[in-house]
Amino acid sequence: MQIVDRRLNPKSKSLGNRQRFLRRAKAEIREAIKDSLKSRKVSQTEGAEKVTIRSKSLREPNFSLGRNSGQRDYVLPGNEEYQVGDEIPKPQGGAGGRGSQGSPDGEGQDEFTFTLTKEEFLDLFFDDLKLPNLVKVKLKDLKAPKSARAGFTSEGPPARLNHSRTMRKSLGRRMALRRPSQAEIERLEQELAAAEAESPADAAKIAEIKGRLEHKQRLRRTIAYIDPIDLQYNRFERVPKPTTQAVMFCLMDASASMTEPLKDLAKRFFMLLHVFLSRYYREVHIVFIRHTSTAAEVDEETFFRGTETGGTVISTALEEMLKVVRARYSPADWNIYAAQASDGDNFHDDMPRCLELLDDEILPVCQYFAYIETTHGERFNDTVETPVWHGYKEVARQRKNFAMRRVASPEDIFPVFHELFSANGIAA
Amino acid sequence: MATAKKLPKRRGNLRPLFDGPEWSFELIQKVSDAIGEIGLGELGLDIYPNQIEVITAEQMLDSYSSIGMPLMYRHWSFGKRFAHDEAYYKRGMRTLAYELVINSDPCISYIMEENSMTMQALVIAHAAYGHNHFFKNNYQFQLWTQPDHIIDYLGFAKTYVAECEERYGQEAVETVLDAAHALMNQGISRDLRPRTRNVAKREREKAERRRAHEEATYDDIYRTLPEITKEPIVAESADSKNEQRRLGLPEENLLYFLEKNAPKLEDWERELLRIVRLLSQYFYPQRQTKMMNEGCATFVHYEILNRLYERGQLTDGTMLEFLHSHSSVIFQPAFNDRRFSGINPYALGFAMMNDIRRICTEPTAEDRDWFPQIAGCEDWMATLREGWAHYRDESFILQFMSPKLMRDFRLFAVSDDSKDAAMEVAAIHDEQGYRELRRRLARHYDVAAQDPDLQVTDADLSGSRRLVVTHRVRNGVLLDKTEAERTLQYLARLWGYRVKLVETDIDGGRVLKEHEALPMP
Repeated sequence: MQIVDRRLNPKSKSLGNRQRFLRRAKAEIREAIKDSLKSRKVSQTEGAEKVTIRSKSLREPNFSLGRNSGQRDYVLPGNEEYQVGDEIPKPQGGAGGRGSQGSPDGEGQDEFTFTLTKEEFLDLFFDDLKLPNLVKVKLKDLKAPKSARAGFTSEGPPARLNHSRTMRKSLGRRMALRRPSQAEIERLEQELAAAEAESPADAAKIAEIKGRLEHKQRLRRTIAYIDPIDLQYNRFERVPKPTTQAVMFCLMDASASMTEPLKDLAKRFFMLLHVFLSRYYREVHIVFIRHTSTAAEVDEETFFRGTETGGTVISTALEEMLKVVRARYSPADWNIYAAQASDGDNFHDDMPRCLELLDDEILPVCQYFAYIETTHGERFNDTVETPVWHGYKEVARQRKNFAMRRVASPEDIFPVFHELFSANGIAA
Repeated sequence: MATAKKLPKRRGNLRPLFDGPEWSFELIQKVSDAIGEIGLGELGLDIYPNQIEVITAEQMLDSYSSIGMPLMYRHWSFGKRFAHDEAYYKRGMRTLAYELVINSDPCISYIMEENSMTMQALVIAHAAYGHNHFFKNNYQFQLWTQPDHIIDYLGFAKTYVAECEERYGQEAVETVLDAAHALMNQGISRDLRPRTRNVAKREREKAERRRAHEEATYDDIYRTLPEITKEPIVAESADSKNEQRRLGLPEENLLYFLEKNAPKLEDWERELLRIVRLLSQYFYPQRQTKMMNEGCATFVHYEILNRLYERGQLTDGTMLEFLHSHSSVIFQPAFNDRRFSGINPYALGFAMMNDIRRICTEPTAEDRDWFPQIAGCEDWMATLREGWAHYRDESFILQFMSPKLMRDFRLFAVSDDSKDAAMEVAAIHDEQGYRELRRRLARHYDVAAQDPDLQVTDADLSGSRRLVVTHRVRNGVLLDKTEAERTLQYLARLWGYRVKLVETDIDGGRVLKEHEALPMP
């Protein structure tokens, strides 16, 4: 009898299998994620994702007997009143009384539900947005602490040796223990030489000098110049990222001209922004403001779902945002980010007011303001400028913390972030 | 059904081995020593040396997904199974087995760290003594498996597949494994018979031997002897009969046939087929003896724990915990119960073992009539050991199922014709029905009769290169059409050319259905 403790064996033996499985079903999983994004909250990029896929590529067929032909028989337990010759009506669905005996993964045949880890989810989510790999790594590595200097220590690798500290300690010790310096010894040697050179040699003096010299030399030998106890190393500590808080304003045009696909694009943009921000700030609040000719702070559901009729006056949203900032998010305590999505329509008369608000009040308190114009593919050309685009162009030229982009498909979203983070220097 | 029993009398005055749920390695050692004393000493079990491994729930899930083996090559389907099991487990819809045992020498039993000490004792008696004895002694296992090689072989398979992936790419390896997995149930040779080896190989070996002989007998002196002119060898007539014989047709082991004869496969692809085929063959005895195997293990654990209790080595609390879990394992819901999912192999197996014991010790007149050889023979343990060694589920039921057991289970047989609107009760647990009932139940446990009967019947290696597979249809039950066509596609991929599947009636030879597939480029 041999008893082995296997509990400490490496875990996730089946990781390789899992990777193969995900690769195999990648296309379907991506579809499923796309669908699930619709029902997902902007802030829900954290945490695991349950996906159900109906996958052709996960089929495992084999030669099995069909259910709809021929004669078969069963032996069942628990007879109550049946006699030979009795007839039993067939259960609906033709399962033939064999209860739930079937393949273990028979539920729903091709349909298959499982949970993606956060890593895997973000991976696939980013895949769609065509993020550069380096950025992906940075975003996924959510917990990486920074190492920071934290004083000195008497132990460490040679590369971390702090020379000046070490020397300072060495000097102090040598002084305290009265280690003779080279100069002192040389002086004694000269004295000795001089004494020996005197014509009537004074034996007593020579002996006395010799004695002193020997003593000093012995001291020098026993007291090291640098002793292990002098060594000082730089110490580093793994410290979490500075924890700060940020608020993210999502502004969106809710008029009827913002169609479902346009909103979907905007949502992806907001989600990605949230992922970025939560990477850098411990706490990220989200405020949703939607507007037509009036603006209101709403919850997420209404933000993405509801459609209202009415014109489009963007300045109302900007004013609403300022109101919320004043009431709840003092720029002294909060990093303020704003993202505005619109299809580029605005009342002409309103543009001067918008620019004024942006220039004078909003941009000074914002870390960053991103404007994305969601367009249908065919409208996506530079010669036609929407009123908003035209107006904002000037702001973008003057202000560093303002970016604007046209987005026709998910892969257009990332460049906005590229600008955002290179401009702000947040991402190294 | 299990009859409610009172706790047995405690006669022994030994100290309890343990008390309370906590287990430790020393305790496990102590308890398994005590179990071994009874299992080997009193019950006369004969086992492989035991190796008990403690694992976590996550590791248990891991082994689930790799079909219970400690080592396995990598494949996406195992990842799929893991994701599936994990989802169920996390939602609390499935509990994990307390134990997993591998037919190897030494016999490896996995036990979970979450188990209480009582459960560990139960599991050790069940797996490390019950299953272990069965693995070592049942003729099916002796015939088909090499328990001392399996772990090494799996190790080889794992590295081999990994090497192939590295050399030929994951996708290429996956293509072959997918196809091989689809045909896994057709990778079994049900009968042992001498194989004529693959023709090319045989020729190569002959040539090799000839060369070796020439080298060994080479003598320069004989060079001067006059040469004997040989008769030119008549080219072998390549008529189809001959070819069929050469290929060993008909062949039920599709994977074997493809491995040896598929014209387009590379050597490494053949090796992959061989790995899958050997695994399939390794599991075949388990499928054939599921009910007996569980019955044997359940009977052994029940007997051992009761005897431990009688000696005073288990506390009352332990005994109650054990009985609770034992009785839920052998629970058999009736056919109209919501929980019914077929006959529980633990329940039937355990009941049969108990019944055999009863027949040996307290036979009724009926038993003497039905089982003259064993009724009243007293040495029930020897009878059981004998049964465990020489039968499989099907023959065991035919041999040992008693009328009393059929009455206890209230078994009845139903005939179901897809053409009729209702099913008909064909036999019940009465004087007229016993034999018919038993015959039908036994057939239900005959794996060969439950799997579709497929054979390679024709293969043209020189002309059209078409492969013909015949499904011999029993009782008019055809293959599931979509599944069959998908699987046939895989078969075509391995064969490399057109493949035809003919479903013919086993009695008349009438063709009922035909499918065809071409390999996708």
